[in-house]
Amino acid sequence: MIAFSPILIMGVVIAAILIAATLLVAVLRRTRPGKDWSELSARIRSWWVMAGVFFAAILVDSRVSLVFFAFLSFWALKEFVTLIETRPADHRALFWAFLAVPVQYVLVGMGWYGMFVLFIPVYMFLFLPLRLVIAGEATGFVRSASQIQWGLMAFVFGLSHLGYLLRFDEPLPGRGVDGRTLVLFLVFVTEMSDVLQYAWGKLFGRHKILPTISPNKTWEGFVGGILSASALSLLVRFLTPFSVWETLIVALLICVVGFFGGAVMSAVKRDLGTKDFGSLIPGHGGVLDRVDSLCYSAPIFFHYVRYFH
Amino acid sequence: MSGTSTNRLRDLAQILFFALLVRPFMALFIGLRVRGREHLSVPDPFVLVANHSSHLDTLSLLSLFPLGRLCHLRPCAAADYFGRNRAVLWLSRTLFNILPIARENIRPEDHPIQRMRQTLESGESLLLFPEGTRGKGSEIGELKSGVAYLAEQIPGLTVVPAYLENMARALPKGEYLPVPFFCEVRFAPPRRLSGTREQMLGQLRNDMEALRRG
Repeated sequence: MIAFSPILIMGVVIAAILIAATLLVAVLRRTRPGKDWSELSARIRSWWVMAGVFFAAILVDSRVSLVFFAFLSFWALKEFVTLIETRPADHRALFWAFLAVPVQYVLVGMGWYGMFVLFIPVYMFLFLPLRLVIAGEATGFVRSASQIQWGLMAFVFGLSHLGYLLRFDEPLPGRGVDGRTLVLFLVFVTEMSDVLQYAWGKLFGRHKILPTISPNKTWEGFVGGILSASALSLLVRFLTPFSVWETLIVALLICVVGFFGGAVMSAVKRDLGTKDFGSLIPGHGGVLDRVDSLCYSAPIFFHYVRYFH
Repeated sequence: MSGTSTNRLRDLAQILFFALLVRPFMALFIGLRVRGREHLSVPDPFVLVANHSSHLDTLSLLSLFPLGRLCHLRPCAAADYFGRNRAVLWLSRTLFNILPIARENIRPEDHPIQRMRQTLESGESLLLFPEGTRGKGSEIGELKSGVAYLAEQIPGLTVVPAYLENMARALPKGEYLPVPFFCEVRFAPPRRLSGTREQMLGQLRNDMEALRRG
């Protein structure tokens, strides 16, 4: 008898969704050739690449996954730091902030939970302002210290919870359920929620939800996206140890905090006067534009699982 | 000393250095972005002219050339700075193929313009930072007239203007630890300079300022 692992089934599910999306765009191109579908098809092409890379990183080996997540943090921090205003006096503090990326992921790899939760919120928090003081420039000190620490918290500390989630490797109730399947569940629900909020907003969006922060986010997109993504989560319940009701509640939680993450990054972008954080991913912008919701949903989901399972 | 085999060895060392270290560093650490890369496909000899704010400038510009072309590109470098000791001189000659340019105590036999002109006439291209030194990075400093003298002496000389962004944030003057800010290189179409030397410098500055605005 062939035992199908949840990870492989998940691969089939994602491939099916992407094939459906690709076909849908092909049909739309045929039936409504007047409209410009290039951005949508660029987005879907990028989804193929992102899903492939992410899936490979999860499938191969947990060390490969950690290197991949570390690289996501590094790239997101790069995008953030390049956009903010920095002073020449911040140079060395920024160097240490970037060095915190490999350190944080080594802590994850070691499974040193205590240091994993303390390193950035306590030790980097205490050290970086000191390094700025040594640089000897008081003007703009508070701003520099705050924004560097904020970037570390969001993109390194927050995202690294994806890595620590992989460490739930004791067999959880449910066949083949482990840290890797939990990461797949979290990322699937978060990203589906993003996509569906966007789709519902485009189709039915009328009432702006955060007019001064993100004019593209609407109540219709928020409610429709979150409810449909939560419903879809039932499809991948086999990745989790949750019951039907718990799956729905957890998915709802992921979607709502994911929305908060996206909204916070929208505020950052608006403040810095830019539309996208980068141009690495065609149709999507930078890495940060794609992981913004995960910066919020990863720690929340991680602690949910840690406390209740 | 300058036998063909030592030259080949030097070319190989530079190619390996760029293929194995500089290019991965630029791709994965700096995340170098490029605009107008197609303008680099001009035939040798030409003069690549850029603003200067960091040691990363030469590294990033050279990393954009096909490896086989590196041996035909000579970055002009201050003889006093890069010849300050034997190790630095040897490294910058071997890995960067620099053309040392005298900034002080200029003797007639190694007059900068003369050396650059000979290099161009031998079919090699030049990388020139006409500000003469590294600036603070945000603005383009005064352009020295060397490139205008060259254009005057070599009719039809092709010049490729370039602008480098954020290099001084990633590695400012006086620092040796780089911070991975995204950097960008922008190239303008190859052009010729015409008119008086002042007009030539004006044309060059206009091109570079246009690149700077994006």
